[in-house]
Amino acid sequence: MTQGSMLRKITDYANRADPYPVYAELRKTPVLHDEEGPYIVSTYWEIHGLLHDPRLSSDARNLGPQAVENLADEEDPALPPAFLRLDPPEHDRLRRLAMTPFGPPHTPRRIHAMRGELSRIIGELVDEFADRDRIDLVDDFSYPFPVTVICRLLGVPREDEPRFHHWAETLAASLDPDPDEDAAERRRVTQQARSELGLYLAELIEERRRAPGDDMLSALAAGHGPEGQMTQAELLSTAALLLVAGHETTVNLITNGMLTLLRNPDVLKQLRERPHLAVPLVEELLRYEPPVQLLPQRTPLADIDIAGVTIPKGASVWLVLASGNRDPQRFMEPDRFDPRRKDNQHLGFGSGIHSCFGAPLARLEAQLALTELARRLDNPRLLADPPEYRRNAVLRGPRHLPVAFDGLRGRDA
Amino acid sequence: MSGNGSLEALRRSGRIVIVGASLAGLRAAEALREEGFTGSLTLIGDEPHEPYDRPPLSKQVLLGKADADRTALPRHRELDAEWRLGVAATGLDMTARRVRLADGTEVPYDRLMITTGVRARPWPHPLEAELDGVFVLRTRQDAVALNRRLTAVPRRVLVIGAGFTGSEIASACRELGLEVTVAERGPAPLVGALGGVVAQVAADLQRAHGVDLRCGVMVTGLEGDSAGRLRRAHLSDGTTLDVDVAVVSLGATRNTEWLAGSGLGAGPRGIACDAGCRAFDIRGIVTDDIFVAGDVARSPHPLFNYQFLSLEHWGNAVAQAETAAHNMINASADRRPHVWVPAFWSSQFGVSIKSVGVPSLGDEVLIAQGSLAEHRFTGVYGYQGRVIAAVTFDQTKWLEHYQGLIETAAPFPPPGTTVDRRAEGLRPVPADFPDPSLPTHGPTVTLSGYSPTDRRITFTPARA
Ligand SMILES: Cc1cc2nc3c(=O)[nH]c(=O)nc-3n(C[C@H](O)[C@H](O)[C@H](O)COP(=O)(O)OP(=O)(O)OC[C@H]3O[C@@H](n4cnc5c(N)ncnc54)[C@H](O)[C@@H]3O)c2cc1C
Ligand code: HEM
Repeated sequence: MTQGSMLRKITDYANRADPYPVYAELRKTPVLHDEEGPYIVSTYWEIHGLLHDPRLSSDARNLGPQAVENLADEEDPALPPAFLRLDPPEHDRLRRLAMTPFGPPHTPRRIHAMRGELSRIIGELVDEFADRDRIDLVDDFSYPFPVTVICRLLGVPREDEPRFHHWAETLAASLDPDPDEDAAERRRVTQQARSELGLYLAELIEERRRAPGDDMLSALAAGHGPEGQMTQAELLSTAALLLVAGHETTVNLITNGMLTLLRNPDVLKQLRERPHLAVPLVEELLRYEPPVQLLPQRTPLADIDIAGVTIPKGASVWLVLASGNRDPQRFMEPDRFDPRRKDNQHLGFGSGIHSCFGAPLARLEAQLALTELARRLDNPRLLADPPEYRRNAVLRGPRHLPVAFDGLRGRDA
Repeated sequence: MSGNGSLEALRRSGRIVIVGASLAGLRAAEALREEGFTGSLTLIGDEPHEPYDRPPLSKQVLLGKADADRTALPRHRELDAEWRLGVAATGLDMTARRVRLADGTEVPYDRLMITTGVRARPWPHPLEAELDGVFVLRTRQDAVALNRRLTAVPRRVLVIGAGFTGSEIASACRELGLEVTVAERGPAPLVGALGGVVAQVAADLQRAHGVDLRCGVMVTGLEGDSAGRLRRAHLSDGTTLDVDVAVVSLGATRNTEWLAGSGLGAGPRGIACDAGCRAFDIRGIVTDDIFVAGDVARSPHPLFNYQFLSLEHWGNAVAQAETAAHNMINASADRRPHVWVPAFWSSQFGVSIKSVGVPSLGDEVLIAQGSLAEHRFTGVYGYQGRVIAAVTFDQTKWLEHYQGLIETAAPFPPPGTTVDRRAEGLRPVPADFPDPSLPTHGPTVTLSGYSPTDRRITFTPARA
C-alpha cells in the first residue's frame, strides 16, 4: 500500500463511519511516507514518544517550504498563532496566563464550581424533549450544551451564537487535511473567518474591560496574574482558540458517547444504575472514539530517527491519535469497548506540553451529560446506524444522531 | 526450597516475614498477595504507625496543609497480614531462619524481606542534639514535633544542610512567614545532587524567597540556655546566630545495625543484593531466601556497568519492592531484574524539580531547554560522551524524553536542536560537582563500586 493511497483512505469520507480498519492497516508501517506528503505516525509508542520529543515543533513557521503547501496559511499580524500552534517558551507563557483564571494553581476550583450550572443546563435541555418521541441528539443536545458552557465560561453572549457558529465551523474545517479541496479557496475562507472572529472578540474584550464580569475573558483582559499580561493580539488569539476548541470537540465526545452506549445497551444499563461508571467510561470513550482523530500540524526542528525511519527537519508529521488508541501493542483487545479498562493512558487529549487545556471541563461535561441522558431517556434507540458523519476527518463525529425513545423520566427520579 | 513442588508449597502455605513496615514493606506485601501468595505474611515495624508516606512530611505537613496523621499510604488491596508494629527486629539467625524481636520473641520465616530503610543522621554532638529546639525530619513524630514548634512562630529557624530535605524545610518555613537561615558546607544548595551550575539556581531561588543562605560554612556548635533550650548557633566563619529551632538535615544512615553478626552482607552502605533483589552474605554469595528493597538496598545497575547503586527515592522503593516480591515466589526462569531508572522529585520555593538518571555522575551539563536565569529549564548531564541524567525545573513534561535517551545510552550532547533552545544551550559546560572526596549533605543517589561486601570502611561520597 503506498502512502498516497493510505492518505486518501484516511481522508476518504466513505471511511468516516468506521476508520479503524484503515488505521489497523496503517499500523503495519508505524511511520509511513513516500516521496511527498506527510509522515504518518500510527502506533502508540511512536506517537507518545513524539508528543514528548522536544525536537518536534507545533509552530507552522518551522515547516519546510515543501510542507507549507499543504497547509492553510494562518499568518495574520492581528491574530498571531495561539499557543496550540506555538512552541516554548511562548507556548508555556501563554498557556500559564490562560490557566491563571481557569485552573490550578491559581483557580483550582473553577471547574468544580461549574458543576451545578452544568447540571442545570443539561436538565433544561433534556426537559425540552418532554413531548417528543425522537430527537436529533446533535442539534438538540450535544451541540447546544458545550456551546452554552463555553460562552458562560468565557463571557461570550449566548445569543451571538449564530454569528460565531459559522466562524468556528470554518476554522475547525481548516484543520481537515482534505486533499480534494481547493487549497487557495480554503485559505481565503479561513482567513476571512479568522479576521471576522477576531473583530468580534476585540469588541467583546473592550466591553469586558469596561464592565468586567467573573468570566475568563474579563480576567484575561485585566491580567492581574503574577505572570503579567497578554498583549491585545495574544488575547484575541487565545480567546478564539478557547471558543473554537470548546465548541467543536465536546459535541463529538457526547455524540460518540451516546452512539457507543446505544450500540452497547448493557453498558447503558450499567451507567443508569451506577453513575460512578461515568468517570472510567468517558476515559474509555476518549480512547475508543476520540473526537480529535489526528494531529496534522507538527514538524521536526532536527532530523528524528524513529521506528527505522528518519523524519527530516521541516517535514510535515501527522500523529494519528485514534490509531494509537487502538494499538494492540499498548491496549489489550483494543477494539473492545470496555468502560472498566485498567491502565487507560489514551491519547484522546494528546500528551505532553500541548495536552488538552480544557480536559477537566470536557471530562466533566461528558460525564454529566451521558449520565443524565442514560438516566432520563426511556428505552432510547438508534434510528440510523451508522449515522451521517461530518466531513471533517480530524474532528470526527456524527452530523446528526436521530434517537427515538418511549418517554422521559423525571428529573430526580 | 527448590523444585516446583516446594515453590508451590511456599506460595500456598509458606511463611513470609517483612522487616520494615513502610513504603517498600507495604508495597512488597501487596505485590505478594497480588501474585497469588496465600501463606502467612508478617510485617514487623519499629514505628507504632501503619505505613505512611514521608514526602509530604517536608512539604504539605509542614505547611499545615495536610495533617501528619493523614499521610497513611493508600492501600491497594486486602492484605490479610499479621502486623507487629512498635517492635524492632534486633537480630537475624540465617541458619535457623528466624528474626529476633526487641520483645524477646522470635519469628520464623521461609522467606525474608528486608525493607528497613534509613534514618536521619543525628547532630553529631549528643548533648547539643538533646537541646529542646533541635530537630531532624524523617518520621511522622519528627514532623508533628517540628510542626508544633513552627506554629509557635520561632524567631529564627536554622536549617543545617541544604540537600533536598533541608531545602524543602526552608521553603516551607518561608511560606509560613518564618525567618530562616540555611547553613550549607558546600558552595550552594543541592550541589551534591545536581552540581554547581544547577545548584546556583537553587541558591537564587532561596535568596529570592528571603532565605538567609550561608554557603561554605559549617555549624560548629549549638548552644542552649540553662533550661536546655536552644538559643544560639556558632558557625565556622566565626559568626553566631540567635535561633530557637535548628533542623538537622545532614542526610541519612542505613538501618542495618540489627543485622550485625548475622552473616548477611549488611553495613553502613546498606545491604547488597543482586539485580533480582536477593541479599548477599558477607562472603559475597547470594542468598536465595532473603530479599531486600527500598532505601536500605544497594543493587547493581546495568546503566552504570553493574556498579552497586543506593537510592533514597520513593519510586525506587515501590518498583524494587514489587520486583523483590515477584522474585521471592517465582522460579529462577521467571524472575525479573530491577532495572529502574533513578527518578526523584522535589518541590520547593514554588518550583517543581524532577530528575532522572544519576546527575552526580555527570561531568558536563547542557541546558537543553529554557534558561537558568528564568528558573525554568531542562539540564542534561553527560558522562563519557553519553547521556546519564537530566533535571527539570518547572519543565516536567520533557523528562520522559530524556529518560529515553538515558536508557538507550544516547550520545552526549544529544545531536540536533529542540524547542526553547537558548544561547546558553548551544554547548555543554562542566557540571561542577564538588570534589567527590568531600562530603556533601544528602546525596540521594550513591554509587558504591562492585563489591557486594562492606568490609572496606570508606566514606560514601556523592559521586562514584
Ligand atoms: C522528609 C522526607 C521527604 C522526602 N521527599 C521525597 C521526595 O520528594 N521524592 C522522593 O523520591 N523521595 C522522597 N523521600 C524519600 C522517600 O520517602 C524514601 O525513599 C522512602 O520512604 C523509602 O521507603 P522504604 O520503605 O525503603 O524506607 P523507609 O520509609 O525509611 O522505611 C523503613 C521502615 O523500617 C523501619 N525499621 C528500621 N529498622 C527497623 C528494625 N530493625 N525493625 C523494624 N523496623 C525497622 C523504619 O522505622 C521505617 O518505618 C523523602 C523522605 C523524607 C524523610
Ligand atoms: C472532548 C473534548 C476535547 C477533546 C477530545 C480535546 C482534544 C485536544 C487535543 C488532542 C489537544 C492536543 C492538540 C495538540 O497536541 O496539538 C487539545 C489541545 C487543546 N485543547 Fe482540547 N479537547 C477537548 C475539549 C476542549 C475544551 C472544552 C477546551 C476549552 C475550554 C479545549 C482547549 C484546548 C486548548 C486551548 C488546547 C491547546 C493546548 C496547548 O497547546 O497547550 N479543549 N485538545
